[in-house]
Amino acid sequence: MEKSTVFNNRLLPYLLLLPQLVITVVFFYWPASQAVWQSFLREDAFGLVSEFVGLENYQALFAQPEYYKSMLTTAIFSTLVAALSLSIALLFATQADKSLKAAPAYKTLMIWPYAVAPAVAGVLWFFMFQPSLGMLARPLRGMGIDWNPLLNANHALLLVVMAAVWKQISYNFLFFLAGLQSIPKSVIEAGAIDGARPMRRFWTIVFPLLSPTTFFLLVVNIVYVFFDTFGIIDAVTGGGPAGATTTMVYKVYADGRLGGDLGGSAAQSVVLMVIVIALTAIQFRYVERKVQY
Amino acid sequence: MVEHRPLSDFIAYAILTLGVFIVAFPVWLALVASTHDAATVVGGHMPATPGTHTLENYYRAIFVGGSRTSREPVANMLINSFVSAIGIAIGKIFISILSAYAVVYFRFPFRKTAFWIIFITLMLPVEVRIYPTYKVVADLKMLDTYAGLILPLIASATGTLLFRQFFMTVPDELLEASRIDGAGPFRFFWDTLLPLSVTTMAALFVIQFLYGWNQYLWPLLITTQDSMQTIVIGIKKMLVATDELAEWQLAMATAVLAMLPPVAVVIFMQRLFVRGLVQTEK
Repeated sequence: MEKSTVFNNRLLPYLLLLPQLVITVVFFYWPASQAVWQSFLREDAFGLVSEFVGLENYQALFAQPEYYKSMLTTAIFSTLVAALSLSIALLFATQADKSLKAAPAYKTLMIWPYAVAPAVAGVLWFFMFQPSLGMLARPLRGMGIDWNPLLNANHALLLVVMAAVWKQISYNFLFFLAGLQSIPKSVIEAGAIDGARPMRRFWTIVFPLLSPTTFFLLVVNIVYVFFDTFGIIDAVTGGGPAGATTTMVYKVYADGRLGGDLGGSAAQSVVLMVIVIALTAIQFRYVERKVQY
Repeated sequence: MVEHRPLSDFIAYAILTLGVFIVAFPVWLALVASTHDAATVVGGHMPATPGTHTLENYYRAIFVGGSRTSREPVANMLINSFVSAIGIAIGKIFISILSAYAVVYFRFPFRKTAFWIIFITLMLPVEVRIYPTYKVVADLKMLDTYAGLILPLIASATGTLLFRQFFMTVPDELLEASRIDGAGPFRFFWDTLLPLSVTTMAALFVIQFLYGWNQYLWPLLITTQDSMQTIVIGIKKMLVATDELAEWQLAMATAVLAMLPPVAVVIFMQRLFVRGLVQTEK
């Protein structure tokens, strides 16, 4: 779709575009291309001399057991967070969609965790489950569980997952509720006339019609877990214990901060870029087609 | 729904109330912890109701700061957070409304190219290019400045796409009428397009304010002085000391202060917030 009437100025459009293009080139294209270029270089310990080493950084990266571990952690983490936050949000949204009088009030009460910073969410959850003073850690210990997210890898991952799910429910709830409300009531009534009970109507009519929303949310949630959970991880576990909660993004940060391996960190950035571009491409293909499954 | 059954309504209320409880509980505990003294919080037997040290804790957090790790008063951090969040929101609206205007209302060589150059930035959040971006900002001498906190985060296409989409829905007749009245590109933009865009701008402002306020990794890297840190970074720094020594009551008071502005924005501007969220698909 294009406008039929337009202005004919020669210079003005370029001036209007200038601020955004300058900022994009300086803070986006230049750093992104630097990351790609650095991933083919190796610097000496003082950062004075660098030489072109081709794919060596990538070979070194994929020879690291820790890198596969961070990939696995990222995969487990994304699966758990996406599955839990989507199903919990869907449960709440279907209940709120039952045309309750109180639905708008519940909506307001459910959506505000979206506004809480991931790092703050992490701090809140850590406070509840901190082994010595956490309010919910004491009952766990009382039940004979040696709860300690500071030392136990599974406990640490579980805590990070809970905080991440808590923060993401509100977003998923909002989109599921909108999706549910846009399903025509006549379809559901038709199902009811045919004698389908509510559960059956949900799985054979509502859920399939909701699948575009679900698919969109799935992609958004995976991207969320990749990037926005950095604050939660840093606040709760700092990537530990022993790398148990180090996701791929956290590893880029941790490896580069130690200062040593800029080439390796850059190679990790490039791998991440490829993954995100693939995810975004999938999302756009879907948005373009608006498929109904 | 179709049939009305009291039991089903009751279950719905029960599940939703449970949901609200889960959502509110961590925040309630933070509120409670911010009203007790250090010994009560650290002792591990904190009651679930507010205590009597509210004023003392908030006064210390806001004007004095912690005594162990980060000694920066929270008032300063709040100012930094407000400046960078509002800077990001306004900066993004400014650059993207101009570029969308150029792309939609003008025909010029490389128009498609310019659009794609901007569009591609949608795909890569700042987290994946973090160190090279840090180096650029350091080379430009922007570490520990508001410009360094703001500019790299507005280099993305969401706003441009949003305004482009909106401008497409503006009827062509409006432009034709303005041109008959002798209006040039500036007049048309200022007198016609801008007033029509107010709601879109407000929705984008709300989303970008939340995005800016809640930033973590980027401010963590580029602020080295305590005086430049934002409140979200400040909380984390208060807890760096070993857990038994950390001043949890102050950290929780800070957490409450850090949540107040964005949560207030979501609750009181809910309509704009939902609109912005759905339109930017952020």
